[in-house]
Amino acid sequence: MNDELDKLKAAMQSATPEVDDTAQARAIDAGMEAFEKNFQGSVDAARPTREQTRWWALISRGVIDMLKPLTSRQVMMATASFATIALAVVLTGQYNAPNNGTGEVFAVSEAKIDTLGRAQAPSDGEVSVMVLEEADMAAVSEMVAAPVMSMADTRMEVSGLAAPSPVATSRMRGFADALYEAPMLYQQNTDKFPDADMNPLQVVSEDPVSTFSIDVDTASYAFVRSAILGGNLPPADAVRTEEMINYFAYDYPVPARGDVPFTTSVTIMDTPWNPDTKLLHIGIKGYELAIEDRPPVNLVFLIDTSGSMQDSDKLPLLINSFRLMLANLQPDDKVAIVTYAGSAGTVLEPTSASDSTAILASLERLYAAGSTAGQAGLQQAYALAEQMANGNEATSRVILATDGDFNVGISDPEALKTYVENKRESGVYLSVLGFGRGNYNDALMQTLAQNGNGTAAYIDTLAEAQKVLVDQIGGALFTIAQDVKIQVEFNPAEIAEYRLIGYETRALNREDFNNDAVDAGEIGAGHTVTAIYEITPVGSPAVMVDDLRYGTEEVGSLNTGEYAFLKLRYKTPGEDISKLISTPILPDADAGLGGEAEFAAAVAGFGQILRGDTLMNGWEVSDAQALAQASKGEDRFGYRSELITLMRLAESLN
Amino acid sequence: METSNEKLAELAANGDEAAFRSLLQRHYAIIFRVGFRVLGNREDAEDLAQDICAALPKKLASFKGHARFTTWLHQIVINGARDVIRRKQSARRKASGWGETEVLRRDEAAETKAELDWLSNAMTTMPQDLRETVALVLGEDMTHGQAAEVLDLSEGTISWRMSEVKKHLREIARKEEML
Repeated sequence: MNDELDKLKAAMQSATPEVDDTAQARAIDAGMEAFEKNFQGSVDAARPTREQTRWWALISRGVIDMLKPLTSRQVMMATASFATIALAVVLTGQYNAPNNGTGEVFAVSEAKIDTLGRAQAPSDGEVSVMVLEEADMAAVSEMVAAPVMSMADTRMEVSGLAAPSPVATSRMRGFADALYEAPMLYQQNTDKFPDADMNPLQVVSEDPVSTFSIDVDTASYAFVRSAILGGNLPPADAVRTEEMINYFAYDYPVPARGDVPFTTSVTIMDTPWNPDTKLLHIGIKGYELAIEDRPPVNLVFLIDTSGSMQDSDKLPLLINSFRLMLANLQPDDKVAIVTYAGSAGTVLEPTSASDSTAILASLERLYAAGSTAGQAGLQQAYALAEQMANGNEATSRVILATDGDFNVGISDPEALKTYVENKRESGVYLSVLGFGRGNYNDALMQTLAQNGNGTAAYIDTLAEAQKVLVDQIGGALFTIAQDVKIQVEFNPAEIAEYRLIGYETRALNREDFNNDAVDAGEIGAGHTVTAIYEITPVGSPAVMVDDLRYGTEEVGSLNTGEYAFLKLRYKTPGEDISKLISTPILPDADAGLGGEAEFAAAVAGFGQILRGDTLMNGWEVSDAQALAQASKGEDRFGYRSELITLMRLAESLN
Repeated sequence: METSNEKLAELAANGDEAAFRSLLQRHYAIIFRVGFRVLGNREDAEDLAQDICAALPKKLASFKGHARFTTWLHQIVINGARDVIRRKQSARRKASGWGETEVLRRDEAAETKAELDWLSNAMTTMPQDLRETVALVLGEDMTHGQAAEVLDLSEGTISWRMSEVKKHLREIARKEEML
């Protein structure tokens, strides 16, 4: 050594502060929390001894093996969902193994659970609970277990294998490098999405029937927007085309209120991206409920106030969002607030919505700190919702606001399953609002909402809160039709091939259409739902699949000239028996929707481009933008203009 | 006899909570110290240390195959610190860290202040690769060989860097004399 270096060394050592005990304790706590999460979620065939020590040890080895195809997008992620899914498999027995690698989405059913849980849902006692959630919600995760599975296809992605499936392990080896490469290391993006391949092209002569559940969630659009505005194209798995299409309200004919809760409009139109195929556009519109006509609601906000909710796009946005919503509630409505962080607690006892001072004051007092006590929070929220439902006719809903994982603290999955079933019986609805990015658990949110007969929305801006909680509050709070399923049978004499755009996570088995025990999506007051098929008429140059040389002879012995036959099943809320609507689809079907169908097609095309669809024939974002621009219509709230802006941005990001 | 770090890491990677806790307790100070010496800022170093503690459970699986736990841990800290710096730069924030001597000055006597100014000046003007090297060789008393292993460089490179550091310090001294 020499003088300079010695001096530097001495100076450096004296300048280095002593370790701060508080900081150290905090860091160690954070480490232990992560550790616990990590091992709760881990599934590792290589470490058999470990699995006996956690609750998920109940899961059979075989199930775990089946789930191995799960991939890991962010290696560093923790993952409870993995275990959660596996668990659901055990509980429901609904796991369908992929049989042919064609990328089909397996149908799904929450049905089994649903049958148990929902059979006697009282017609007038629905309770809605809104849960605002953050990282670790124990109880929910179990609830969630069932639904996750229900919508899952086999490759549903759980992006963080904390520990070691074989896939994850090999990727973790490169950790040090990855660390170096990733500028945002310490804010790892752990958003999770269901990994469902695009609906494949179907040959009508082989598979003439397409069945799916409607989907009125919009979370995917908001996420896509947030990604693009942040300067990145969203990961393909984050894009659910049907949710992008259904983000927008369309001007479809409004039903005369009463016997049938919604109208169905069918239109055959040219495909913007392929001159040789057609689009079959199905538009559904639920009846509108004037604010003054709607029955009172009981709302329990279940708000996760644990430490990670403190970002400005989480708790503060959430509080502002609820403030917006409050202004639109009626004096007969009641609001209660439950939080969970460290200890679960009722922050606000059921209070009339007219007492906005008290409600606002308790919202103001919320602050984010500590870890989560999710299970207790959920129980409390439900208990409160039931108490509020007791003796009045209002619907009750728990509204859960969360930014992510739900997997800490579950002790007994079986008990939680029972719990969830009971809650369904009690008629309390559950809606989910997602906040924040980074560890947003989209798959889980979707599942939760589906299971809770509610919708999942992703709130990234106050404007989005306005849309979800104010402009469309009717749809969010009042279900007018439940278990809405669509089945289309194509006529092989007219249509050679078809594919459903989007709805990959909503596919149903053909036989489930008529099975009222199989759960499906809900339509809220004023909601519009759109489904689009791309169809290839017989003899079109766009036909992709050759006829079989030894194939069946005469198809379409009943040549009616019809393209297809549409069937739709739904239940009015609280009823067990579904009603059927059916209508033939003729080649010239035109519901007279003006530019509405074109706009939906533009959104569909944009979504498919983002998903990496290979059947777009070189149709680009700029084409989608032009089409959207041309069919924008009145655009009263400016949502469509916003999409056009997003398209422009996406084009430049491309 | 104390359980070795490597053994603890193995136990922790297999889900042993107590082992993981002792690992953290044993190494928090090192994580903080190295972070501080590269970043030059207490808050940043504490944040980094906390992030590393939280990220460690998942990283443990990648420890397998490394000979020494501390070497591996040092790598993580150095890489983490690089990310902190890169993030700050990309946010176009004014570089903090060793440039901010106010924090250090607090409660310090006058002569210490002069020393800190000198240190701060020396570290700020030093390129990042040299700063990392200094943090390991002088700060952690590592041999050039050990530092080379952490930084995944040859021992010769470390020796060369240290001589660069010397040059750098002499240059500073020369400038001071000219004032």
